[in-house]
Amino acid sequence: MNIVVLVKYVPDATADRRFEQDFTVDRVEVDGLLSELDEYAVEQALQIKEKRSAGEGAEEIEVTALTVGPEKAVDAVRKALQMGADKGVHVVDDAIAGSDYLATSLVLAKAVEKLGAEKKVDLVVTGMASTDASGAVVPVMLAERLDLPQVTLASVVETQGDQVRIKRDTDAATEVVGASMPLVLSVTDQSGEARYPSFKGIMAAKKKPLETWSLGDLGVDAGQVGLDAAYTAVEDATARPPRTAGEIVKDEDGSGAKALADFLASKKFI
Amino acid sequence: MSEVLVLVDFQNGAVKKPTFELLTLAKRLGEPSAVFIGAAGDPSVVGGVAEAVKKYGAEKLYVIDDAQIKGYLVAPKAEALQQLAEKVSADSGGLAAILIPSGAETKEIAARLAVKLDSGLITDAVDIADGGVVTQSVFAGNYTLTGKVTKGTPIITVKPNSAAPEEAAGAGAVEEFAVTISDAAKTAQIVATQPRQATGRPELTEAAIIVSGGRGTGGDFSAVEALADELGAAVGASRAAVDSGWKPHSFQVGQTGKTVSPQLYVANGISGAIQHRAGMQTSKTIVAVNKDEEAPIFELVDFGVVGDLHTVLPALTEAVKQRKG
Ligand SMILES: Cc1cc2nc3c(=O)[nH]c(=O)nc-3n(C[C@H](O)[C@H](O)[C@H](O)COP(=O)(O)OP(=O)(O)OC[C@H]3O[C@@H](n4cnc5c(N)ncnc54)[C@H](O)[C@@H]3O)c2cc1C
Ligand SMILES: Nc1ncnc2c1ncn2[C@@H]1O[C@H](COP(=O)(O)O)[C@@H](O)[C@H]1O
Repeated sequence: MNIVVLVKYVPDATADRRFEQDFTVDRVEVDGLLSELDEYAVEQALQIKEKRSAGEGAEEIEVTALTVGPEKAVDAVRKALQMGADKGVHVVDDAIAGSDYLATSLVLAKAVEKLGAEKKVDLVVTGMASTDASGAVVPVMLAERLDLPQVTLASVVETQGDQVRIKRDTDAATEVVGASMPLVLSVTDQSGEARYPSFKGIMAAKKKPLETWSLGDLGVDAGQVGLDAAYTAVEDATARPPRTAGEIVKDEDGSGAKALADFLASKKFI
Repeated sequence: MSEVLVLVDFQNGAVKKPTFELLTLAKRLGEPSAVFIGAAGDPSVVGGVAEAVKKYGAEKLYVIDDAQIKGYLVAPKAEALQQLAEKVSADSGGLAAILIPSGAETKEIAARLAVKLDSGLITDAVDIADGGVVTQSVFAGNYTLTGKVTKGTPIITVKPNSAAPEEAAGAGAVEEFAVTISDAAKTAQIVATQPRQATGRPELTEAAIIVSGGRGTGGDFSAVEALADELGAAVGASRAAVDSGWKPHSFQVGQTGKTVSPQLYVANGISGAIQHRAGMQTSKTIVAVNKDEEAPIFELVDFGVVGDLHTVLPALTEAVKQRKG
């Protein structure tokens, strides 16, 4: 079985995230890391591998971590390798900078196809959303491009043979969804804590295969991706004006509740 | 004027408020047509939807029968919308835009549709101006972006509470639209569904007021709920409260929960981590009760009380009750 897990390199949410002059996300000056929500994807991929490669009917399973992003994005793949992925692929090309969802999903689709040409891909596991763009759309676009079923936003994942079953919470209900592999699976942060790389894992990762591919390797024309090819254009990015400091009171013998009630009344909430 | 398709948000037998917000925004771009994917065979349902959307300016209501669609994840819905969009576009020489409410499922419909129609997608808009300029709030509400779709038919998903619904008389002419769903789209099957229990309180994403509790409640949400009920508010929770099993995940506000933008957000026993802020920072007025004066939530508030929520909230609830009475 062949599992590909998509990992994105994102600016650290606790750092000062910002935009470049051309309104693309600053991915170079701001410290980055593997998107925390993609750690859950790596974890689920590894759990599937561990369950299915043990005991009776044990299978040979390979987990490949794939990222599309700038030079530094290789850190996201390295982290996945340290956690336990077997192999890494980093698609990097100057022409990709500024790509929108459509172009990103195109490049990812071509990379998955290339991996599949070597050995059929059964399962693509992704995070629920990236912590920078937060679109939660790339996994579905990828499924659409690869003509694969999607089972998305899983909080519980089970596989048996070529069947995948997930549990998920939608706005209105809790659902069980089933589909046959090959498919695209996205998992939420409810799916179970992601493991930390062990010292052994960190050492082992250094020897794992890590390939770097360019657009040329994927047969993607540079004109199809990047800022100029984007289907959307950002016209302006403004930092939120700092909030004017509010009034803070200390509660003493019920004074806090009264002051808060006065405030709510002044704002006509009561 | 070209048509703008607006996907109707329909749950538990009723058209939900975001539909009216989207119809209001749609008028800035062209002529709004509502699209309902549901029980086409039921005249009372379709009649009810038509009545609701025409009050907010829908000239047409396209009805797509969901007999072949329900029971699967989003692929069949995207296929149906593609067919409708192509038909309307061919008949009337172009579509001005397709507006879709921002929800977990509906965003996925939009994503597939964007690939199918080879069109640009903007997600989680908080406003759309004349000329199709879209506003988004990003990086946990720290930046505001404006931009446009530059290729294809603009597909825009819009967050709840992004516009005040404006009534406007529309014709609301019902047109049934027959679709053909491919077998390839019917691959992810919903095997079982358990509808969520109604809380009797307003929906989190639509509520004008939200009262939230975090780890600081220690698991006892009664004071939070009593205040919420006195204010007619929805109840929210931090991830710490959800992870502790005190509230189901559907209550969670934040990056991996709901993004909310109420008139008033009351955070109780919540520290104000960046992931929580991501879901509530665009609230119009923010107040907090927290016993730690250093809690980062106080950087955001219009009014804050340093104190124990278990004493402040009951006293506040009482004060609200008295002032109302
Ligand atoms: C990938 C990722 C996604 C996440 N997504 C979300 C998300 O969607 N939503 C979310 O909320 N978090 C999310 N988090 C978690 C987030 O980082 C915080 O851990 C979480 O928000 C903390 O919840 P809290 O404020 O309730 O708890 P704490 O941070 O523990 O804060 C509790 C607060 O209660 C106060 N307190 C204690 N007792 C009392 C009392 N008696 N009266 C008054 N105040 C009291 C304390 O002073 C403290 O400030 C995410 C984290 C990650 C890594
Ligand atoms: N550039 C990328 N490289 C690898 N994976 C990505 C990339 N962009 C998005 N993804 C995957 O798609 C998921 C959702 O991303 P998004 O649609 O941007 O919210 C992420 O959690 C990743 O698993």
